[in-house]
Amino acid sequence: MDNERIDQIIEKHHGASSALIQILLDIQEENHWLPKEALDRVSEKLQVPLTTVRHAATFYKVFSTVPKGRHQVHVCLGTACHVRGANRVLDTVEEMTGIKPGETDLDLKFSLETVNCLGCCALGPVMEIDGKVYGKATPSKTIDVLKKYE
Amino acid sequence: MTRLNSPEELEGFRQEILSRRDPDKPCISICAGSGCVASGALEVIAAFKAEIEKQGLAATVDTKGTGCPGFCERGPVVVIYPEEICYLQVMPEDVPEIISQTVKEKKVVDRLLYVDPATGEKAVHEYDISFYRNQERNVICNNIKIDSKNIDDYLANGGYSALGEALGSMTPVEVLEEVKKANLRGRGGAGFPAGVKWEGSRNAPDPVKYVIVNADEGDPGAFMDRAVLEGNPHSVLEGLIIGGYAIGAQEGYIYVRHEYPLAVENITLAIQQAEACGLLGENIFGSGYNFRVFVNQGAGAFVCGESTALMTSIEGRAGEPRPKYVRSNVVGLWGHPTVLNNVETWANVPLIINKGADWFTSIGTESSKGTKIFSLVGKIANTGLVEVPMGISLRDIVFKIGGGIPGGKKFKAVQTGGPSGGCIPESLLDLPVGFDELTAAGSMMGSGGMIVMDEDTCMVDTARYFVKFLTDESCGKCVPCREGLRQMDNILTRITEGKGGEGDIELLEALAETAQEASLCALGKSAPNPFLSTLQYFRDEYEAHIKEKRCPALSCKELIAYVIDPEQCRACQLCVKKCPAGAIDGGKDLVSIIDQEKCTKCGTCFEVCPPRFNAVRKISGEPVPPPVSGEARKIVRGGKES
Repeated sequence: MDNERIDQIIEKHHGASSALIQILLDIQEENHWLPKEALDRVSEKLQVPLTTVRHAATFYKVFSTVPKGRHQVHVCLGTACHVRGANRVLDTVEEMTGIKPGETDLDLKFSLETVNCLGCCALGPVMEIDGKVYGKATPSKTIDVLKKYE
Repeated sequence: MTRLNSPEELEGFRQEILSRRDPDKPCISICAGSGCVASGALEVIAAFKAEIEKQGLAATVDTKGTGCPGFCERGPVVVIYPEEICYLQVMPEDVPEIISQTVKEKKVVDRLLYVDPATGEKAVHEYDISFYRNQERNVICNNIKIDSKNIDDYLANGGYSALGEALGSMTPVEVLEEVKKANLRGRGGAGFPAGVKWEGSRNAPDPVKYVIVNADEGDPGAFMDRAVLEGNPHSVLEGLIIGGYAIGAQEGYIYVRHEYPLAVENITLAIQQAEACGLLGENIFGSGYNFRVFVNQGAGAFVCGESTALMTSIEGRAGEPRPKYVRSNVVGLWGHPTVLNNVETWANVPLIINKGADWFTSIGTESSKGTKIFSLVGKIANTGLVEVPMGISLRDIVFKIGGGIPGGKKFKAVQTGGPSGGCIPESLLDLPVGFDELTAAGSMMGSGGMIVMDEDTCMVDTARYFVKFLTDESCGKCVPCREGLRQMDNILTRITEGKGGEGDIELLEALAETAQEASLCALGKSAPNPFLSTLQYFRDEYEAHIKEKRCPALSCKELIAYVIDPEQCRACQLCVKKCPAGAIDGGKDLVSIIDQEKCTKCGTCFEVCPPRFNAVRKISGEPVPPPVSGEARKIVRGGKES
């Protein structure tokens, strides 16, 4: 992500240091992760110490300081999904992709994350891939869904 | 858009909107809340628009995407006005029939109606459905009537009249007194009286004050704030402006979870529309009152639901809580007095101003007034959002509204209050729901998540789940929470793996007590609640795990095994084909056998085995029977016996 684009995002938030998290969210949204250079630029422009920027970038779950895969898989482990067997869905995803939550596979195909609740509790267990929600997931359905992604 | 300079102009504008509308004109409302969208509501909306166009009905039939009416289990939900016919689980292929039958011919499509599982009766209207019939819906009742992206709909339903009343004919103190008199307690969890909180801010000498909507609904299993903010954003905004006026704030913030993009979109749009109408901004209703609202997004940190952490996050830093020697209603955001209430609390404010504190206090129990929205989820037939008067019994919620436990299973417990709450067993089901009643039972109201558990849910695992959740979400600032919860998680995990020992329960109790006493914020202080309440009501399950290495609910993976009953297996080989681990051996007319070494206990075999065979069994605390072999493995078909 080039500095020009980062500056535009900072501009949109009027360059206020209180907008740090909103700025990082916008960068993450576009770039899918926060490269070191981007954090440096934000720190410089907002006049916020790099340690504070890094603290925020590592404190909040949405941010990633490592590259992400082409497809973001989110398995909901909210209570409603949990009691309906979300763990079995997570196990299946781990087995199929060979990665654990927080990891990205070597081909940069999938990144796996768990989320606490997507607010679709009635459809639990829920898995979300690139924003598309798959409700009432079971291990066998999960296998079929994952196979569709290239 | 017309700028409204006085409550009278608002009333005039409302009449104008209503006069433009024909109450008898057919209108198809389709829920466009996140739950229904996940079930395909957007495709259904598109199909309706295309079909209406195709049949040349564009001028005579309206369609609208609305907020969530609550019955997410049966989404997408479609309601057809003016008859208020309610169809559930509507798919795009049902659309032509709905248009030609219901809209044109005024006939009901039977197969799309709700069928009461208990009586087999069909319900034509929303209000006939047992799920809705036993509720008292004041806050979410308008969701299905309102296009959440259109302020006209909110105005047509009487929106902003409370703001007109407050600014036009009440002083800020009178507004404050009304809310105090209503005894509105915070719907976010702790139940602190909102009026008292407001008063503290109002009386603080600092002239700069803030109001905040806490929409960082992080409790797993709760989504009522999402539904209200997505479905009826103006109701929250109206409450916030009224609150701002009462305490003398000129700026408000809405802090929304990043995981709720639709809520962010709808509330941002609502703010723009309200500003364009002059309901927000400079000199609202010509009263001289100025108020601006900003939207802030969270970035996935549960602890940011805690008031001081949330404010730190708005200030642009990592959301760590601070000790509350001074309450944030006196020293809050940027050091100024700040009133923070959650979405549902703010949404109740316009109702109180419109209908009066006496109306509000006529609903509920002695100490808990009004209604509360619960998200009824888990092992329950009718999953969704339910709004009920305080004081209703848990039994009524679970069985009358929720329709009981599906699959003929037995009720075990209901978990309320999210990770800070506890589990309530069957013996306490007649408990009236209220802030103090739930706390007395070792649980709490929390934000209103209500997770129903059946006999298949292991209570030790449930406690482990919540402690694990909070361990992950701890900000790490104080030791009892950071280290104490980690140890509790380790011990509970060990117990669920069958590696628990004597003294574990006592150690857990000691850790729980320390976390409760010495943690900095409510996250740590309340974190042991799920453990303590499950121990209080389900101690035998802990003991079975520790002493007998057995999981009574047949749920803990390390303590169970899947076996195939040779008597029942008909060699259909479904399990052989579906097993992801390749652990099942089978063949034509051969009893399938699970290789226990290879089995990952994913349960796929149990799930796919046809119910008429029911050959896969789960066992716990007993040795796995040796696999059948040789001649005994051959299945002799009935016809060949003679």
